Amino acid sequence: MEGVGERLPRLLALVPYLLVRPGVPIEEVAADFSVTVRQLRRDLELLWMCGLPGYGPGDLIDLSFEGDTVTVTFDAGMRRPLRLSRAEATALVVALRALADTPGVADTGSVRRALAKIEAAAGQTDGVVLGLATREEAALATVRDSLDHRRALRIRYYTPSRDTVSERVVDPMRLLLVEGRSYLEAWCRAADEVRLFRLDRIEHVTTLDEPAQPPPHARPADVSAGLFRARPDQQIAVLTLAPDARWVAEYYPIDELIEGEGGTATVRMRYAETDWMVRLVLGLGADVIIRDPPELAAAVAQRALAALRRSSAAAPSQTD
Amino acid sequence: MPTSRAERLVNLVICLLSSRQYLPAERIRRIVPGYAEAASDEAFSRMFERDKAELRDLGVPLETGRTPGFDAGEGYRIARRDYELPDIDLEPDEAAAVALAARLWDSPQLAGAAHGAVLKLRAAGVEVDPEPSMVVEPRVRATEPALIPLITAVQEGQAVTFVHRRHPAVLPAPRTLEPWGVVSWRGRWYVVGHDRDRSATRCFRVSRIVGPVRTVGPAGAVQRPAGIDLLKVVAGSAGPPPVAHTARLWLSSGRANGLRRYAKVLGSMTVDGVVGDVVTVDLPGHDVATRWIAGLGPDAVVLEPAELADAVRARLAAAAGAVG
Repeated sequence: MEGVGERLPRLLALVPYLLVRPGVPIEEVAADFSVTVRQLRRDLELLWMCGLPGYGPGDLIDLSFEGDTVTVTFDAGMRRPLRLSRAEATALVVALRALADTPGVADTGSVRRALAKIEAAAGQTDGVVLGLATREEAALATVRDSLDHRRALRIRYYTPSRDTVSERVVDPMRLLLVEGRSYLEAWCRAADEVRLFRLDRIEHVTTLDEPAQPPPHARPADVSAGLFRARPDQQIAVLTLAPDARWVAEYYPIDELIEGEGGTATVRMRYAETDWMVRLVLGLGADVIIRDPPELAAAVAQRALAALRRSSAAAPSQTD
Repeated sequence: MPTSRAERLVNLVICLLSSRQYLPAERIRRIVPGYAEAASDEAFSRMFERDKAELRDLGVPLETGRTPGFDAGEGYRIARRDYELPDIDLEPDEAAAVALAARLWDSPQLAGAAHGAVLKLRAAGVEVDPEPSMVVEPRVRATEPALIPLITAVQEGQAVTFVHRRHPAVLPAPRTLEPWGVVSWRGRWYVVGHDRDRSATRCFRVSRIVGPVRTVGPAGAVQRPAGIDLLKVVAGSAGPPPVAHTARLWLSSGRANGLRRYAKVLGSMTVDGVVGDVVTVDLPGHDVATRWIAGLGPDAVVLEPAELADAVRARLAAAAGAVG
């Protein structure tokens, strides 16, 4: 069950909310407060029992229901919402300030005016700074322009998981700025699905003289749990990383990390393409031990031996 | 049916808001529904303390004092001017900016706090679109456990201690910091401040803090230097980019496409019966270059410099021996 810590703020905000919206549909109220209609009705029933000391008919909060709408007819003095808490003010003010300082995301004029008004009502917040600027990306201007003018794009894109570069036509949907990088979210006509393209991996981009037309069923991805989600077709590697290879656990998403002796760490890591994982592990040399799967270990050893042979062939004069 | 705690708390707020006098606890016990259910003085006292803490956690300005001219003793009230959100009137474009700001966070605590703020703005009559459609959408992840305690310490002006790993490859060490601010830069969180042990300005990556953040000393003890640009401190601490050096490589035809993005083809050459290209490429630091090239296995061979060729061969030999 929901704790009073979540419910009480809603209860305190409901009466002022309803006061400024006489006759609002209950369904709309529930949506605005992100609760079910059932929960909202329970909240309204509770408020109906509350009021000024005396708690007689003229003292209690009064609500009138008409059809599926609700109106406050007596507010018992709950006319305005509570001030923003420090955490609420921080979350909002820090985000607004970041938007104000980052050109090209939202209209900075509107953001600055909103920021000034929120700060006037909620107070100043110092000590948390968000830099939203991403690294410089050559494709950014063209991608922005295609989004503003709803144009399809032809891109040459490098896919690291398969180590390939391919040409494709995409219908841009939005630009995501996540973890210091920019991603174009677009309908990929070749893949027939919504894909994310990291801007620094777009080698070449051309605006096409045709409109961007993602199909109606193309939905933006939910990135709230991170850009990389576990997929059932992924494999899992278990690797023991020496201290010099521990950056891997910071750089790539991992499922689990177990501290080992001498600063080592054993991690569980998901991967879709075996070739990609072989490249990663091969590059780490002695700083990694492959615990699982055995096929990965065999593939790495085989590639390493092949590479040593080829290296010798390229420089026959060198001897070991 | 017993009065629910939520109901008791709403009634308590309404009661204290409506009173100009400070109401003693005993009087509150008699008038606010629910407290009468307390079986003993001690049970009431526990109940009331918990309720006061709950309200203060929510930011309800609960005042304690005595009403002059009344001898009822110490009591409680809520001043309406401190409780109520002042008038706020946002134009539609400003409300849209607020909506975008509110969904910037990918973090349960911060997203929850932003949502709470939006609820209050809605209750103040501002229409905030729950699903603004944005062409450019920034998202900030803030899931490091140390983050919220650090933000709180910064806002309280309190020094902190924590155990921190300076680099993934070194062992963690304890630090004592007077924190000036918390900064997100290029998708990573840093805490900036005065490092007491080193007597210098330092910034620490928050994700490399191991275990809890503990406050030390009183609140209000930390003074942030006036006019300091925290973002600049963090950006400046990144250090210069590693020196690039040029290498000549052989790359197998149609392979090593990641490396080819930075390479210039000089000509073609057959090695070990395999057709490929001779390329020149500017590579970042020695370690990264060694790792990239070794990772490509037989698809890449270093022609020069010799030190890089040796480093790659040593790494490949280690990888070949790891299972043999």
